[in-house]
Order: sequence, then C-alpha cells, then structure tokens
Amino acid sequence: MGHDESLPPGHFSYFEPEQAYHSSKLGMWIFLATEVHLFGGLFAAFAIYRWRYLEQFNEFAQTLNWKLGALNTVFLLSSSYWMVRAVDAAQKGLNKKVIKYCNITLLFGCGFFVVKFFEYKAKLTHVPPIVPSTHVFYGLYYTMTGLHAVHVLVGVVAIWWVRGLAKKNRYSPVYYTPVEVVGLYWHLVDVVWIYLYPVLYLLAGVSLGVATAH
Amino acid sequence: MSAYAATDDHDHNYINWEKGFWSWWMSIDHKRIGLMYLGTMLMFFAIGGFFALLVRIELFTPGETIMGAADYNTAFTLHGVVMIFLFIVPGIPATLGNFLLPLMIGAKDVAFPRLNRLSYWLYVLSGGVAVLAIVFRLDTGWTFYAPYSVQNSTAVVAATTAAFLGGFASILTGVNFLVTIHNMRAPGMHWGRLPLFVWTLYATAILQVVATPVIGITLLLLILENVFGLGVFDPDLGGDPVLFEHMFWFYSHPVVYIMILPAMGIVSEIIPVFSRKPIFGYRAIVYASVGIAAISFLVWGHHMFVAGMANLTRYIFSFLTFFVAVPTAVKVFNWISTLYKGSVTWDSPMLYALSFVFLFLIAGCTGIHLATLSTDAHYHDTYFVVAHFHYTIQGGAVIGLLGGLHFWFSKMFGRMYNEKLAKVGWLFLFIGFNGAFLPMFILGMEGMPRRYFDYPVEFTTLHQMATIGAFVNGLGYLFVFGNLGYAVFRGKKAGTNPYESLSLEWQTPSPPAHDNWETIPIVTDWTYGYGKPEDDESHAGH
Repeated sequence: MGHDESLPPGHFSYFEPEQAYHSSKLGMWIFLATEVHLFGGLFAAFAIYRWRYLEQFNEFAQTLNWKLGALNTVFLLSSSYWMVRAVDAAQKGLNKKVIKYCNITLLFGCGFFVVKFFEYKAKLTHVPPIVPSTHVFYGLYYTMTGLHAVHVLVGVVAIWWVRGLAKKNRYSPVYYTPVEVVGLYWHLVDVVWIYLYPVLYLLAGVSLGVATAH
Repeated sequence: MSAYAATDDHDHNYINWEKGFWSWWMSIDHKRIGLMYLGTMLMFFAIGGFFALLVRIELFTPGETIMGAADYNTAFTLHGVVMIFLFIVPGIPATLGNFLLPLMIGAKDVAFPRLNRLSYWLYVLSGGVAVLAIVFRLDTGWTFYAPYSVQNSTAVVAATTAAFLGGFASILTGVNFLVTIHNMRAPGMHWGRLPLFVWTLYATAILQVVATPVIGITLLLLILENVFGLGVFDPDLGGDPVLFEHMFWFYSHPVVYIMILPAMGIVSEIIPVFSRKPIFGYRAIVYASVGIAAISFLVWGHHMFVAGMANLTRYIFSFLTFFVAVPTAVKVFNWISTLYKGSVTWDSPMLYALSFVFLFLIAGCTGIHLATLSTDAHYHDTYFVVAHFHYTIQGGAVIGLLGGLHFWFSKMFGRMYNEKLAKVGWLFLFIGFNGAFLPMFILGMEGMPRRYFDYPVEFTTLHQMATIGAFVNGLGYLFVFGNLGYAVFRGKKAGTNPYESLSLEWQTPSPPAHDNWETIPIVTDWTYGYGKPEDDESHAGH
C-alpha cells in the first residue's frame, strides 16, 4: 500500500510501512485462498462428471492438443521464474531490472494467449464446431480454461502496473510491496494451470488402467 | 484542502469533515462507508418488505386475491432475492462492522480503505443489476434451482450477475476485516481482550472468504449454462440439477451464519452493559463463535434430505446439524448467566438483545425438527421451514441489527432518539413478528407447502393471522426507522457515552473524529469489567 499523493494525508499515514507491507501480503494470501475455492468448485464438478461419463471424457480428452498445452505450461512456468527475479530485483531497489524482468514475464504471458488463441480456433473451426454445448466435457473445458485465461489477463494488467511503478523508480529495499503481492497472484495463476493441464489434457485413458500415450 | 487541518478541532467529526455527495461517494473513511452501506441496504430492505407484503396480501384469501399465480411467483422470488443478496448478506458486517471495527480495536481505519470503498461500489452496482431482475420478473425463487433456472434465462442471468457482484463485495469485506483484526489492533488489544463483536466479525469474515467463492463459481456456471448451454446443471444436456443444489447450499448454509454471527456479537456487547456485569464465559463465547463458523461448512446437506442422497450421508449431515446446536446453546446459556444477578435496565437496545435471545431460541429449537430425518421428510418445503428461517433471520439477524443500531446510534450520530417511541416501535415489531410467523409453524405442521399460490379453505384463518401480523410487523419497522431517522437530524444531543460502556469505541467523542484517534490508545484491560471496583487485570471470570 503506497503513499499516493492524490489521497488525503490523513488516511494513509495511519499505517507504518512495516504494518502496511504485512497487511498487503496477508490480504493477498487470503484472497488466493478464495481463488482456490473458486477453481475448486470447477475441479469438483469435473471430477463428478468424469466419473459419470468416463468413456466420453477419455475420448474427448484426446481431442485436446496436449502439445500446445505443454507449450503453455512451459510459458507460464518460465514467466513465474522471471516474476521471481523481478521480486528479487525490487527488494534490492533495482528498478531498471524490475522493468526488464517484468517485460520478459509479460512476453510469456502474451505468448500464453497466442497459443490459447490457436487452440480455441482449432476447436471452433473444427467440422462440426466444438462448442461448450457439444458435451459437458467441453462445457467444463471452456469454462475452466476460460476462467483461467481471465486470471492470466488480470495478471498481465497487474504486472504492467507493477512495471509502471518501476519506471517511476518507486521500489527500494524498504518498499517493494506491489511487486511481491502481484508476484504471489501470478504464481497462483501458474499453479492453477499446473493442475488444469494434466486434469484436462493428460488424463485420457488413465483410469481405464491403460496409460495411453498419444 | 484546509479541512485536513481541522482534525484537531473537536467540533469537527467524520460527518461534517467534508460536505457534498462526492465527499461521501469517494470517501475511504470506514465510518462513512458503513453509513452509506446502511442507507443503501435499508432502501433494499424497504423494497424487499414491500414484496413481502404483496405476498401476504395475496395469501389473505384462497385463490386469487390481488394478483395471478405468475405475479405471485415473481413477488415471493423478488422478496427473497432482495432480502438475501442485497440486505442481509452485506448485513451487519458491512454496516455496523465497518463503522465499529476500527474503533473497537483502536485503529484509525481498516487495513485496506480503498478496497472497502470498492466493496461498497460493487454492492451498489449489484443493486443496479438486480433491478433488471425485477424488470424481467424473476420467478425461480431465491434459490435458483435448476433445471427451471436454465429455462428463464434473461431474468436469471440478471439476478445471478447481481448476486455474483454482491459476493465480490462480500469477499472484499471479509479479506479486509481478517487483515484488520490481525494487523491493526492497538497496543495491548491482544486476542484475549478483543470485544466479542469483533470476534464474531472475525468468524464471519472467515465464512465470507471461504464460502463466497463457491457460490461465485456456482452462479458463474449457471450464467454460462444459460448463455452457452454447458450441460453442467441442465438434465437435457446430461447435467445434474442436484449438483447445483449441493454447490448452492455449500455456500448458502454458511451464509446464514454470516447473517447471524455478528448479531450474536451485538447481543454479547449489549447484555453486559445493561446488566452491569462482566460477560459470563468470554472464552466459551469466542470458541463457540469460531466453532459455529467451522461446523457450518459441514451441514449443507440438511437442505437436501429429500432430494436424493445416500442414507449414510443423511445420518452424517443430520448428526452434524444437531452438533451445531451445541456452540449455539453455549452462547445462550452464557447470555443468561450474564443476566443472572445483574442490575438489568430495560433500555431499547436491551429489549432487542433479549428478544434476540427469545426469538433465536425458538428458531434453534424448531431447527431440531428439521435436522431430524424422519420429521424433516414431513416438514420439508412447508411453512414450517419458512417460519423457522424467519425466526432465525428476522428474529435473529434483523433484531440484532436493530439492537445494535439503537445501542450505537448516539455513537454514530452524536444524537439520541426518543426512548419511549423506540420502546413502542419495539413492541409493534415484536407482536407483529410473532403474529406473522407463529401461525406459519402450525400451517407447516398441517402440511401447507411453501411458495404455493393457493391453499385449502381450512387454512384461511391462519393465513389471515399471518397477514395481519406481517402488517403490524411492517408498521413496527416504519415506526422504528421513523424514530431513528428523525433523530439523525433532530434528536437531542447525546453525551459521549450515555450507557457508560467500557468498550474502546465509546472512549472517542460521539460522533468520532475523521481519523478516530489523535493518538492510538493503549489498551490495559478487557472491555467487560463492569460492576467491579478498579480491579486491575483480574477478569477471573474467563
């Protein structure tokens, strides 16, 4: 929580920098817990319907492009690595490096959308088109990946904002809260994908007792 | 910006600190946000009450009285949706909680003042979207059960979007309160000294944070189901409507504790002050609050005993539902023990606190019939449930809110309402409320199903009693809010601490200054040391 000049002096000078830092971090962790529950509902629904329509789920899972999914996994994991570097740089007050690392993170984040675009396009231009109402499997596939993509988008915007503060030289060894908090959020987006990818793309055939390679 | 300098001046308080609409709308002051929440919420309370009276008029005679069956469905649905999502879910935390939490723990504001403002904005937005549901005549009932809710798309999408936004506002309040209570307490205000209202806000915030995302995703799935035909809830597409019920109640059961827990906190604040005794069993009440929050996640299945469920699951849900009565009863016994041998005064806040205990006791005891598998099969979806629910939420949460509003009124506005009129208003409310809902227990036992437009002639008398009761109840609200509303502007000036409470929030001027404290106070004792000589740390009661 920074000292924003546009605000009345009263309210923000209330908080010691230390207190503000810990509060922001705790707040973000609690918020991440709510995110886990948000996606948790979807995973629960997926588990229930997979059990109910096992054969169809196995069949449809094979229509997903696991290679593009793997590429996106690489993109998100790499972006998380550069986000960590950005946090580290901010803690040392190296604003220029923060900008650089944020740029790389953003690049991977945008790469994720490019891949996603081709994935969705292939589904929608398929004959007949594969849409959410094709089967509950695709309904959940679009919902889960779509909701995740919305989170990636929010993350990209947030990292852009963090980068903007670095441009104004705002970070120093005593103030780097935004980078750290946005970093936490970005890792969650990453972690959600790490669960989404195997559940949606790689489970095809597994519970039939056959480890299908495809 | 010279106004900022005025905070040292005692004639300046948070109300007259800055003037004009924008100074309120843009304010990040927790006290102003609390008041704005209160004003907006009471407006929706009036709208919801209007629909309730329409329902009651329609039920005055069997068959059509003033509207057809379709209009009736819309009326009871909108009553539920408005009352639940726009009134009682933000409820006490967003209003009194916002106003009092920082004052009670000796902070200058909540941890995230701007998020607090965002929460209010989202709430207003959600109210705006909800108006669309009124326009498109939502008629699914407030529970949006599938598959009907995927056949009436426009209104359902509007209402669920509104509820989704409201959920976001609720999560922001929850996150904010949790962090505030963890990080913003004044020196000396350790966990064992936290006022019980703060403890219940804490338990409530946990519920808001843990449960609300689940209704978020449920409503999102329902919206997408309506727009894209996902097939998750619609049986025509291979979906399962019972899954909707599970996901819906996973939130919507804990949410009744979001409504009721802070009311219990208010009662725990009022009773010691008006019996001049330390609260009995402070620690037990704390554990009970947190315990209720924890158990409340594990009982949702009792809404679905007859919806198709394995017998073992039924037994477990039934047992856990009984179990939640234990911490609840602990609280009731503690309140009664606090009263024992106290010098009780009967000011209006106390009347509300005691009616809370009385009405909530009825609510809890009738809950046992609904938790019992064999009797629930009979009572399910009857007026018995309607009566039980209203005893909990109106007799509990709303009465608690009113008690709190009367108790902290002079804190908020620096003025005092007319005490005699307040008591008359309370009497109307109490008689009207019981008149409206006691007959419903009997109607339910005799088999009157809820949400039905028509009924057999032999139920007429009981329905008419309920309708008359509802109007007396409504008159009571008009009376109470008329009295309070008048006092906001014209009430007599009140002293800083008219009830001689020892709690920290009363140690500030009334109304408080813009930034609450000139210097952060240092807390040396808990807040319930009534009726004892200045007797240092030994609050041996707990």
